[in-house]
Amino acid sequence: MDQIKRNTLNLFEDNDHLTTELRLGLPGSDDQPEIKTTSLSSNKRSSSEMGSSSCMDENESTFSPPAKEQIVGWPPVRSYRKNILQVKKMESDTGSGIYVKVSMDGAPYLRKLDLKMYTSYEELMKGLQDMFKCLIGLYSEREGYNGSHHALTYEDKEGDWMLVGDVPWEMFISTCKRLRIMKSCEARGLGGSL
Amino acid sequence: MPESNDHFTPYPDHVLENVLENVLAFLHSRRDRNAVSLVCRSWYRAEAYTRSDVFIGNCYALSPRRVTDRFTRVRSVTIKGKPRFADFSLLPVNWGAHFTPWVSGMANAYRTLEKIHLKRMSVTDDDLAAVANSFPRFKELVLVCCDGFGTAGIAAVVSRCRGLRVLELIEDEVSDDYVDWISCFPADGPTNLESLMFDCVESPINFESLENLVARSPLLKKLGLNRFVTIGQLHRLMTRAPQLTHLGTGSFSPPEQPEQHEHHENDNNRVSDYVSAFASCKSVVCLSGFREIAPEYLPAIIPVCANLSSLNLSFANINAEQLKPVIRHCHKLRVFWALDSIGDEGLQAVAETCKDLRELRVFPIDATENGEGLVSEMGLLAISIGCRKLQSILYFCQQMTNAAVVAMSKNCPDLVVFRLCIIGRFSPDHVTGEPMDEGFGAIVKNCKKLTRLAVSGLLTDRAFSYIGQYGKLVRTLSVAFAGDSDIGLKYVLEGCTNLQKLEIRDSPFGDSGLWSGLPRFYNMRFVWMSSCRVTREGCLDVARQLPRLVVEVFRRDEEEGGEKSDFVNTLYMYRSLDGPRADAPRFVNIL
Repeated sequence: MDQIKRNTLNLFEDNDHLTTELRLGLPGSDDQPEIKTTSLSSNKRSSSEMGSSSCMDENESTFSPPAKEQIVGWPPVRSYRKNILQVKKMESDTGSGIYVKVSMDGAPYLRKLDLKMYTSYEELMKGLQDMFKCLIGLYSEREGYNGSHHALTYEDKEGDWMLVGDVPWEMFISTCKRLRIMKSCEARGLGGSL
Repeated sequence: MPESNDHFTPYPDHVLENVLENVLAFLHSRRDRNAVSLVCRSWYRAEAYTRSDVFIGNCYALSPRRVTDRFTRVRSVTIKGKPRFADFSLLPVNWGAHFTPWVSGMANAYRTLEKIHLKRMSVTDDDLAAVANSFPRFKELVLVCCDGFGTAGIAAVVSRCRGLRVLELIEDEVSDDYVDWISCFPADGPTNLESLMFDCVESPINFESLENLVARSPLLKKLGLNRFVTIGQLHRLMTRAPQLTHLGTGSFSPPEQPEQHEHHENDNNRVSDYVSAFASCKSVVCLSGFREIAPEYLPAIIPVCANLSSLNLSFANINAEQLKPVIRHCHKLRVFWALDSIGDEGLQAVAETCKDLRELRVFPIDATENGEGLVSEMGLLAISIGCRKLQSILYFCQQMTNAAVVAMSKNCPDLVVFRLCIIGRFSPDHVTGEPMDEGFGAIVKNCKKLTRLAVSGLLTDRAFSYIGQYGKLVRTLSVAFAGDSDIGLKYVLEGCTNLQKLEIRDSPFGDSGLWSGLPRFYNMRFVWMSSCRVTREGCLDVARQLPRLVVEVFRRDEEEGGEKSDFVNTLYMYRSLDGPRADAPRFVNIL
């Protein structure tokens, strides 16, 4: 029983190929992919470099903007540190962002969150958990809400309330208008066929 | 065993063993004890009988049974599980390192067990309950980088282990079972607590119970609060425990939403009140926490700065101007951890004051490639000039030069640990455009005491030839995105005669490089190679040649299958006395 108990962080381990597949660059940054002359011009490097399964499952070209790819586990900073600092980054950034209202059932007032500060569902969950000091679970067909008390839903452009996590991240941030943290017992109806 | 003051004449052998045991009781070092046990059989027995602290560097190197059969009177057990790259999501979640077989193996054998120290193990709530129930004299639990348990498990330990002196949870992933564990300590009377550290527990804490607990723990010296403790609450705790030597300060900011804290009306938002709290904690030598720091409060710690030997600001997003007023008092500082938000200027300030600095760690606020580089070779150079006694450094940066690294190798000859992480992969010396070979070469050449090395940046096989040639004392080597060919790996495996732990990712090392290590692998704790160029066939060959080596092959995404000629996604191999483990999940192939 204890083996099954995981926190939301672990649930996303299975989905990290999702986050890497769609990575085009840091959200919100107005960049051209910076070309590192050493990695692109050196043929020796490209032949010895792996068709790296460390970044993606498919063997995509690893040399078009290498600077912007999200490599799993690189740099070697524990996710523990990355997650906590995400909150800081949120507070200090003044650039344009995608601000959505976030409500939590039972909390007296709403918060505002900049979706562009996150690059994955995993980071969003951690940020929300930090903000609301609660535990949110992602619904999965296998495990339901995994024992947590809250679930995350969003209102899309068409006004429908959807379960967070079904669509690719980039699509999500472009259609999400607001977020709502519900009690998971109420959210069960959204979970599709049960 | 006959007592030495028995009246009958014991056999001469017994006398000798008795004397030996009494002498060996003074021997604590693992290495010395291992040497003693090799002398002859009776020394082996005597040593086994007197070893009270057992250290197991790899939980899969042997079975619990083997340990309990050999060492029968153990007070303290330390066990390490997963390889370090598990910290960076490179190890699938259910890979292993379960504590369960150990706790059940020890439950019967070690009734007088007092201390358990685990690192990177999977520990369940049931395991913790078993600890609480099996060891009546249990005193110390230290869990570092562990997961699989929650507040329910902690509650089991604190409620049943009445003699508990030390509970330290360090960088663990603790799930919130909504159990008020802090209220589960025995309700009445003073406790035996000397150390209570729960910085990493990501769930709210019942402050009233905590305050009550601290007030009746006169022996408490170390207190590590989590980020749910506000600065006002910290103030109250400090006045209850002025004898503290180690303090993890929690959030170090006022509460966000007033209704979260009942005692809000008593909180003072003025720095001066907190200053006096620190002034009365005259024994504090180690400060950490600052998890959500409101920077204007940092000067409150100034009264203790002159005595501080360790300051951990690695969660504090502060700049150089905010650091300077504080750091300039820290003359005795030996250990300093910070974020790169302090910049090269902040490091310069450290270099000017902290002449006794032994350990420095600088973590990145922005851990993305091509992020804003707040510290650079300038900061490294400043530190090397100011902190000549430096022994250990971990430094994240976006750009570096060989010159700065060479300077450090000459200015800081006492370096034992050198870990440089240039975040952009394949980054050359940003001034000369050269690979970073010469810099790391200088480190291994000039730092004669170096035992741990982590490399980064653009590196050719030449860097590895230096490491193999000069890195004779290196025990741990960490490599990522480096090297040109198998020769690089060959240099290391043939040259580094003391190598124990080798972890490599995303480097072009293949089968022939791997095979050059065949004579060494039995002398190593483990070898990890992920996203390199070793094939299944190559790994099979190693497994065939070395039957006592457990050769695990798996994919990080837990997919199974694959051809012999395919490159292996992850290779993890280690020696074992008891053969391959029985608890390997289906996606792990043991060859």
